[in-house]
Amino acid sequence: MADTPAFVTLSGISKAFAGVRVLKDVSFDVRPGEVHALLGENGAGKSTLIKILSGLYTPDTGTIIIDGKNVKFASPRDATAAGIATVYQELLLFPELSVAENVFLGNYPRTSMGIIDWAEVRSRTRELLDSLDTHDLDVDDKVLSLSVAQRQRVEIAKALSKNARVLIMDEPTASLVEADVRRLMDIVRQLRARGVGIIYVSHRMSEIFALADRVTVLRDGAFVATRDVGDVDEAGLVALMVGRSIESLFPKLDVPIGETVLEVKNLNHGRHVRDISFGLRKGEVLGVAGLVGSGRTELALTLFGMTPATSGEILLDGRPVSIRSPLQARDLGIAYVPEDRGLQGLVKPMTIRKNVTMATLEKVSSGMFLRAREEASRAMAAVKRLGIRCRNIDQPVAQLSGGNQQKVVIAKWLQTNPRILILDEPTRGVDVGAKSEIHLVMGELVKQGVAILMISSELPEVLGMSDRVLVMSDGRITDVLDRAEATPERVGAAMTAPRSAEAA
Amino acid sequence: MAVTGVELSSARLQRNRRSGVLKRLMSDYGQEVVVFAAIITLFVVVTMINPRFVSANNLTSIFAGNAYIAVAAIGMSMVIITGNIDVSVGALIGVLATISGTLAVAGYPIWVAWFLPVLVGMAINAVIGVLVAYAKIPSIVVTLGALSILRGGLISVTGGTWISNLPPDFLIAQKRLLGVPVPLIAMVVLTLAAAAWMRYFAFGRSLYALGGNPEAAVASGIPAERRTVAVFIIHGFFAGLATILFATQLQVIQSTVPPNLELTIITAAVIGGASILGGSGTVVGSTLAAILFAAIGSALIFTNVSAYWFRAVIGLLILATVLADMLRRQRST
Repeated sequence: MADTPAFVTLSGISKAFAGVRVLKDVSFDVRPGEVHALLGENGAGKSTLIKILSGLYTPDTGTIIIDGKNVKFASPRDATAAGIATVYQELLLFPELSVAENVFLGNYPRTSMGIIDWAEVRSRTRELLDSLDTHDLDVDDKVLSLSVAQRQRVEIAKALSKNARVLIMDEPTASLVEADVRRLMDIVRQLRARGVGIIYVSHRMSEIFALADRVTVLRDGAFVATRDVGDVDEAGLVALMVGRSIESLFPKLDVPIGETVLEVKNLNHGRHVRDISFGLRKGEVLGVAGLVGSGRTELALTLFGMTPATSGEILLDGRPVSIRSPLQARDLGIAYVPEDRGLQGLVKPMTIRKNVTMATLEKVSSGMFLRAREEASRAMAAVKRLGIRCRNIDQPVAQLSGGNQQKVVIAKWLQTNPRILILDEPTRGVDVGAKSEIHLVMGELVKQGVAILMISSELPEVLGMSDRVLVMSDGRITDVLDRAEATPERVGAAMTAPRSAEAA
Repeated sequence: MAVTGVELSSARLQRNRRSGVLKRLMSDYGQEVVVFAAIITLFVVVTMINPRFVSANNLTSIFAGNAYIAVAAIGMSMVIITGNIDVSVGALIGVLATISGTLAVAGYPIWVAWFLPVLVGMAINAVIGVLVAYAKIPSIVVTLGALSILRGGLISVTGGTWISNLPPDFLIAQKRLLGVPVPLIAMVVLTLAAAAWMRYFAFGRSLYALGGNPEAAVASGIPAERRTVAVFIIHGFFAGLATILFATQLQVIQSTVPPNLELTIITAAVIGGASILGGSGTVVGSTLAAILFAAIGSALIFTNVSAYWFRAVIGLLILATVLADMLRRQRST
């Protein structure tokens, strides 16, 4: 198979958004009848590469060659016409329409009269589903009544209805249970046998070794290596994926670590927070590593009262507390800087001043009356302390850069004088300068005895900033490592740990 | 403590006081300035066509006759600022006016006839607020239901009759205090009080936060449900006060309130700068917009233009306002 010529070849692809390079000179190809896995940490550039291949983005530089011809995709329609179909992580079906209506949406077969030939639509959908060994799905079922795995098969049928020669699957098993994963893998093998080229994006090592013929690793938007799966082992892949040395970029302060302030026992919420127990101590930075969907953010939301725990115990200073809302969490001295600052962190049309004091309105009020001068002086102090670059404190935060917006969110929470600070992706989408400023602030805070729980997708940040590292996978803690023992390999292995015994 | 080499002086962080007065006005009160300018322009142009437009009598009728719309629009602005809407307020005012008139005619003390309906309005809106905040039913749906119930109930109970023989002391809207019509005083005092409440009190701030980004507001510890119920109750309070002005301005109370009253009130709030998407708007703006409506209605009469154009002109104003709001949002992000 190795000598089959590639169907699609990407070479020298680069892409930047607003001056930030997310892909640098990446080359990639896929041959008919192979499964080519695409591997990399979050933010490594996999999604961008996929979107370029499916016509959603146009690359800044580089070429796409299909069947030996140079092509340019102006829109997803062009990519579809060229035989490339994508099954995205979030499935894009219309829940109110039937399976058959969804499969042929946009290119319904017509009768000679020019009207839609529904009999043909239904029979061809049936054929496609049967060819995927999916006999349990009725073509007239509404999509909203289907399980995630069934919807995924509808998406695959839809891709095949367009005569796809390359099928891109973006983390197809992320939200599937074990039995469905096996079934999906059978379908993938079957498609491969039919000569479809498959680009398979997944973090799960076991699937990659079970399915893929070749694997390409991306890191920080750059191409690292393409290997035949037979030539690598799991440790080798993890090393390729995360293996950069941790620079002195992370100014971890060595602060004496005090008594335990927060203790969590057997905490549960839904499928993403399962039986979580850990302790957090004064002056400590506890890093949380894990892939998307591992339950990191869900754990933070549960601790902060946004999605209150369904069972388990939270103890502050050894006393059990109940946290049912962010308001209660705040009053207990817990602060949460969210993963998505636009969604949960900021009211963007409002000014810096108003955002900074939003969580502490009572502190800048006498009775119910807002003291404008107190508010302004607090906002100005925060701008100076965090080095927020702005025209003045009455500038709407929407006009600030990502890094400065993030500093506003942090400033808002520092106003509450938290004892426990939960930082969820504190430096995502933040430029290098602002990033190290945020790290410096973290150092100052632990020196004052604040306990920090820091969630990050960026392994070097976790390893560089943390006293201890807690690794999550599939809603559970899979490992807890001291700073000294936390190597990229060990953390990476725990992150991609196979599904827990119960699920297998 | 500063973590950057950049020295930021306090003076620079305060807004630059030397920047133009107009520019500052526009950035803080853009929509109010626009509406105010429209009122002035209208007055100048119409007066040139027909000088009687600015006679004392006409000005009084412009300002006093529509004061109840301005007062109701205060509460409506607050509701819209939180990202909600109330389409039942016109029907509510009709119900409350009928209760008020019935009490007055039945010989209850005047102040009972005035203020008991205010409490009823607050109670009805408390129910609406609870359904919106806790049952999570969109406010448009809840208030559409309330609109049907209130309007249908009112006509069934009254059979569409008018209430007359109102005691003279009851007709507060026809009175003057120190020569100034009472509705005008009420409008100005209530607008200023509400404006201060929205700008200088933590409660008002939290309403803007909730409308601007509910998730971030909740994550900041603002109790969204309680605030939503409270804002509907406050809205009921202003609707009750508006009812007093409405019910006491004529010798009779019609059980059929002006058609589309709720739309007029919503329109005043929107033209006054309340973004239908939530998060922005002021009560000063909505009052100015109510005055603008009254002035347009009067101007059409004084320039001999058919009154049927009134709705069309208001419609154009709505579209122009929303368009301006969209453009401003695009520019500021």
